[in-house]
Amino acid sequence: MEVRTSIIDKRLKNVKKIIAVASGKGGVGKSLVASTLAFGLSKKGYKVGLFDLDLYGPSSHIILGLDNFEFPEEEKGIKPYKVHDIKFMSIVYFTEDKPAPFKGDDISNIILELLAITKWKHLDYLIIDMPPGIGDETLDIIKYVKRAEFLVVSTPSKVSMGAVDKLLKLLKELKIPIIGIIENMKIDGSKYIEDEVTKMDLKYLGAVFFDKKLEEAIGIPDMLTKTSFYQDFDKILKKHNNLK
Amino acid sequence: MHEWALAESILAAALEAAEKEKIKKITEIDIALGELQQIEKDIFQFALDQIIDEYKDKLENVKIKIKTEKSTLKCRNCKHNWDFDSMKDKINKDESEAIHFIPEVAFVHMRCPKCGSPDFQIDKGRGVSITKIKGEK
Repeated sequence: MEVRTSIIDKRLKNVKKIIAVASGKGGVGKSLVASTLAFGLSKKGYKVGLFDLDLYGPSSHIILGLDNFEFPEEEKGIKPYKVHDIKFMSIVYFTEDKPAPFKGDDISNIILELLAITKWKHLDYLIIDMPPGIGDETLDIIKYVKRAEFLVVSTPSKVSMGAVDKLLKLLKELKIPIIGIIENMKIDGSKYIEDEVTKMDLKYLGAVFFDKKLEEAIGIPDMLTKTSFYQDFDKILKKHNNLK
Repeated sequence: MHEWALAESILAAALEAAEKEKIKKITEIDIALGELQQIEKDIFQFALDQIIDEYKDKLENVKIKIKTEKSTLKCRNCKHNWDFDSMKDKINKDESEAIHFIPEVAFVHMRCPKCGSPDFQIDKGRGVSITKIKGEK
């Protein structure tokens, strides 16, 4: 008999809001959006946790500049390390950042294990950095983290929206709350994504323009706040009341 | 000790099952500890005892039986079977500790001892589970 599912609600009971940052497509900037969201909210004084659920390609730790892969401290469970004041949990603590070839049920087992043993305690926001697509991780978060709301990221490309569209349709079908869609790496004034999102009766939260200098700030969150990427992102947060 | 969190999961699941089956008092819980997770039985038992104390109405005098389940790992590529015990000298202390936290990171730190493939499966002995619950209605 599976025992871990019975404890997940208790582990998350003191977390006020859970936001899963997702996309149907890879490479659209989910991890950057998730990490920037966590960092931005933390800078505004909120208690924030960041859970990198991209098990084969974790990257939030790279954005946050974490290169210490020591095991988290144990205290009746595991205590996520604080990285720039964000409680951060990732598979990298256990893989030493080596390649992680996981298959279906193994992925579900890892997610269940981490949800069952991680002590987030009191948080205003828990941000989950989702892997791309609508596979195991998405279905598991929907199943086990009942209060998760989705923040969906797309680039301006039709190719990206083609895959994002499927995620949005699935979330709508399952009646999962969708906070809205962020258009990342925008390069011109095209309204294609905004129109597509509006047609689906969903909220277009705003655009973050392509920032050539962003790469220099990867791994240095204090520098990230000085980028135009962050300024655009912060405007979206302010406009939408910090996604409360 | 993250054993505490797993002990908490066991008792939360037992209490949930008891409520579903309208069991007033749980008299026995049989627990299997998968070899791969390398749970320290004494710590685990201590955590169970402490938590049981908090739920005396339903769990007082409950008999806990704990068994370690040997692991069976099977290569999907060459079909070779082996167990975790036979691999212990091929992984270091940190890798073993990582598997203790998350048994699936065995796929990161171990390979099939016969063909070297990372594509194997854990057939038995993964982690903590309940094998039997007895109670009074």
